[in-house]
Amino acid sequence: MTETPTTDVTTHAMAITPEDLPAADSFFKPHRIVLLAIAAGLVFCIVWFMRWDWIPQYLPRLANGILVTLAMLFSTAILGFLLAVPLGLVQVTGPWPLKALAKGFCTIIRGTPLLLQLWLLYYGLGSLFPQFPAIRQSFLWPYLRESWPYGVAALTISFAAYEGEVMRGAFAGVPAGEIEAARAYGMSRWTLFRRIWLPRAIHRALPTLNGETVLQLKATPLVATITVIDVYAVISKVRQDTYITYEPLLLLALIYMCLTGILVFAFRYLENRIPTRGA
Amino acid sequence: MADPVSFINWSLLALEPPGWGGVLLRGLLNSIQIAIGGYAFGLLLGIGGACGKLYGGPITRDLMECYTTIVRAVPELVLILLLYYAGTDALNYVLSLVGIGEVDISGLVAGIFVIGVVQGAYTTEVLRGAIKAVPAGQIEAARAYGMSPTKVMTRVTLPAMLPYAIPGLSNLWLIATKDTALLAVVGFSELTLVTRQAAGSTKAYLLFFCAAGVLYLILTLVSDFFIKIIERRARRGFVEQS
Repeated sequence: MTETPTTDVTTHAMAITPEDLPAADSFFKPHRIVLLAIAAGLVFCIVWFMRWDWIPQYLPRLANGILVTLAMLFSTAILGFLLAVPLGLVQVTGPWPLKALAKGFCTIIRGTPLLLQLWLLYYGLGSLFPQFPAIRQSFLWPYLRESWPYGVAALTISFAAYEGEVMRGAFAGVPAGEIEAARAYGMSRWTLFRRIWLPRAIHRALPTLNGETVLQLKATPLVATITVIDVYAVISKVRQDTYITYEPLLLLALIYMCLTGILVFAFRYLENRIPTRGA
Repeated sequence: MADPVSFINWSLLALEPPGWGGVLLRGLLNSIQIAIGGYAFGLLLGIGGACGKLYGGPITRDLMECYTTIVRAVPELVLILLLYYAGTDALNYVLSLVGIGEVDISGLVAGIFVIGVVQGAYTTEVLRGAIKAVPAGQIEAARAYGMSPTKVMTRVTLPAMLPYAIPGLSNLWLIATKDTALLAVVGFSELTLVTRQAAGSTKAYLLFFCAAGVLYLILTLVSDFFIKIIERRARRGFVEQS
């Protein structure tokens, strides 16, 4: 795969990051006021002339769907990040069999579409599991019959692979002098990792982590294809029930834009709280 | 369960009709066609978008900003659905206004259009970053020689930005090949959807999904091989960074 700085560029090209947020005072320019007025007119036309009477009926389900989407996003991002740390670390310092294993894992996951991985897990493993009596009788079986564990697994694996590549670069990029200094202080390997190496690596990976999280949000609607009822699935249901083509999709796009915006604002807040010096 | 080799029914992957291998390969071909078409269309949009964002007037800039912001904030799946229906409807509407009547838009063209619009926004950002990375002195020097803006573009800016753009552009190619899988949701028979149909009718889910995964992986690795060559060529004369 390509080097880490490039994933940074690509992530930025594919996901909005805090540096893209406009300043509040930049809106008060003559041409922007005209554009905003035109946009407001467009929004008014959309609200006035299109059919929105289905919203109240589906509002509770929509709220529930948004919660499911957010739960999917945060659980998989956190689990994926916990997996990504060892994946990145092993690729930097591990013995070669582990290194090759981690690299192979990242290559395979990053080289195949997420939709295919999702269907492989859900249809493939889902059809395989019932053949083993041991699994059917285990305590896990009630969960394995649902669809969301497969969605969580696929999204987690994908996030771990992409973020593992980022963490590899971040671990490798921590200046050697800092690690030597920690060693000179007599820190044990675990203390060194916990106090110096990991915090510095996370700090370096943070901007990309933001982008990857937005990308993860953009990947969550795929779980609707394996019957997890997230916000995308709710909108699909609306479209099937009411035969309205565009309005639900426009609302869906708006919902995702709001979610992305909130996420990006939260990241900017977090980034501002962490003191930085230089790059 | 016996040993896995006899457990797996390899004849399902045979190229002739009782096996599904030929169908899978045709799906892969469709995917590659859409990826190439969408990538090329996206490159055109991206060059226009990057120039508009960097050199356009304030209104062009804001419109481009809206385009890239929306595409980067909304999931590809939603965009694909919206563009797929809106694009075909709009085209039919325009054609009926002109008086030609409705045409049946092939899935291939619609897929290329949809992937292209999404890729265009990503390409815009990559190219904009690459053009901004070109040292300003080089462009000023070209202007000082009295070159016209187009000549500055073709002689200095484009060749000088390529080494910066190629890593991002090659990543976008890999993303384009994987984004084609999303067209399965709108029912276009590319590799992923074909695989699901094959798996559904034979119940050999694991075999077919793994086979499709291997095909995608081969596509990625082959692309990666060529990307490495192109990158090395584009970076010749640059100081090697470790």
